[in-house]
Amino acid sequence: MIYIDQEQCTGCEICIPSCPFGAIEMQGDKAIILESCTLCNACLDVCPIQAIVKTEEKVDEKKGTDISLYKGVWIFAEQRGGEIQSVTYELLGEGKKLAQQRKQELCAILLGHGMKEKAEELLHFGADKVYYIDDPVLEDFQDDPYSECVAELARKYKPEILLCGATNIGRSFIPQVAVKLETGLTADCTGFDIDPEKGNLLQTRPAFGGNIFATIATLRHRPQIATVRHKVMKPALRSEKADGEVIEVPIPEAAKKPRTKFIRRFEEIEETVNLAEADIIVSGGRGLGDPKHFDLIRDLAKVLGGAVGSSRAAVDAGWISYSHQVGQTGKTVCPKLYIACGISGAIQHLVGMRSSDVIVAINKDPEAPIFKVATYGIVGDLHEIVPALTKHFSKTE
Amino acid sequence: MNIIVCIKQVPDTTEVQINPETGTLIRDGVPSTINPFDMYAIEEGVRLKEKFGGKVTTLTMGPPQAKEALKESIALGADEAILLSDRAFAGSDTLATSYTLSRAIAKLGDFDLILCGKQASDGDTAQVGPGIAECLNIPFVAFVKKIESIENNTAQVERMMEYGHDVIETPIPVVLTVVKEINEPRMPSLRGKMRARKYEPVQMTLEDLEVDKHRLGLDGSPTQVIKVFTPDVKRAGEMIEGETPEEFAVKLKQRLKEAGFAI
Repeated sequence: MIYIDQEQCTGCEICIPSCPFGAIEMQGDKAIILESCTLCNACLDVCPIQAIVKTEEKVDEKKGTDISLYKGVWIFAEQRGGEIQSVTYELLGEGKKLAQQRKQELCAILLGHGMKEKAEELLHFGADKVYYIDDPVLEDFQDDPYSECVAELARKYKPEILLCGATNIGRSFIPQVAVKLETGLTADCTGFDIDPEKGNLLQTRPAFGGNIFATIATLRHRPQIATVRHKVMKPALRSEKADGEVIEVPIPEAAKKPRTKFIRRFEEIEETVNLAEADIIVSGGRGLGDPKHFDLIRDLAKVLGGAVGSSRAAVDAGWISYSHQVGQTGKTVCPKLYIACGISGAIQHLVGMRSSDVIVAINKDPEAPIFKVATYGIVGDLHEIVPALTKHFSKTE
Repeated sequence: MNIIVCIKQVPDTTEVQINPETGTLIRDGVPSTINPFDMYAIEEGVRLKEKFGGKVTTLTMGPPQAKEALKESIALGADEAILLSDRAFAGSDTLATSYTLSRAIAKLGDFDLILCGKQASDGDTAQVGPGIAECLNIPFVAFVKKIESIENNTAQVERMMEYGHDVIETPIPVVLTVVKEINEPRMPSLRGKMRARKYEPVQMTLEDLEVDKHRLGLDGSPTQVIKVFTPDVKRAGEMIEGETPEEFAVKLKQRLKEAGFAI
């Protein structure tokens, strides 16, 4: 645990703002660490007299896993409707980098039905091995068979690292795999590194909606599992070379009879709302003033080949469906270009889009907080500016 | 129908301001609240109780001050609230938290449905809901946007996906994590508020649970935070000057082209 040596503490209060969890308080003229401490270590170095102490935890050495038995970097190849999803190539790209640093193999797991050719295709993207399980029950995603298959493969082949997309599928079943294997899992990572001394995977992820970042490691358990935010890692490129092999594995007994039943899939037919996939997002907010003005947003999105997003205010007003909502209670997005039109930029919206590469903000109010995160700001009436953008951006030169 | 709703107390981000100098959250004096996604889980629990009868129990694991979140859940219609608090649970990661909560739920026994918000707004992991299901060895469905029916010990639910939604049938008991679309939470009733004022949540500690102590707290947490840092979020923001909409459009297009966009 972390505590403050009360004999030494001078009550200077320097440590108090260093805690991202607000877990340091003054008690009389000394600072104390509250129970809400998460042991994140952020305060350790700020004390000018080193009065903040971390006690070495007692770790039962027998507990944990014999980590030397685990080798190889694995990625979960996500498919929907028999098509490999783009996050898979990002995982292969990042996985290759880590595998090279660890001088180990890169393997992919593919679960599906009648996808042998797709499994072979993954070999062109850097996979040394593809473990493929073919069964009708794996055609559509369900938690039970997916978590049983991945856990069983991991028990058998013992990978050191397992990466999966932080998609709805990945974030649903991977936590169950981590519990089955009793190992560590880090959600929605945006960066990876290898600890040069111990070889552990250093997993960096945003918390508090991207206001702070934490680097997390799984030290004594294997595999080290992480879900990876979509569209952050560089995708692997296809090469003509495919030296690896597809290993067909029979479906584990435990995966054959899922408790749930997949009834049907229902694709939303409105304009593509897959905000997570979009390179460009044009979003509208309360400043539109009227639901029909979302047409201005749709037109601009169309000429840019982008998706339509929205602030919570516009969704709550019933102007557009919830699947378009960007922000804390909606989706977190990180496109290459985000254009916010008539969105003032409440913190709940900003946390959902501030990691976009380029942000353009259009707002009447020059004081709107959205301008604080904008790469380019335009102060003006969106009802005039957005149509002008649509017109100019559609002109090919 | 007996429903357990797992909730978390989090800092209230609607009260949070960004420090313009550093781009970080100003957390001083920020009050705590129920995780926004958990509000939908509580509401759904209360609605199901109104439809099928039974009771709604909210459960949280946290420091003693998390009691406030539980009292709020009583105001929103929960019948009972349980605070799981012990020094032995401190430093739990999502694996240890899932395990500890699942042991408390096992102790409570009799339940048909466990509801959670899809994720907490502070950690954003979305891992505890599925973790509880796995520890209890019961089915799990994430991102539920609608409970279509519950009959003959079977629930049919809609699971929100990137492309739309899936319809899944599951036996109960089941753990469901819910998204905002599932309902519109009500305001606390006057009666609820009165009850909440007097209500004292039931306390559970380590002694009340049958657990493997090695799976609790720090010892039971495979992940460790190595460091926490604030991202460099300062942008070289440029306000584009112009007189007419056309001028803005031309200038913006030029900037975006320079930034590599094929516009």
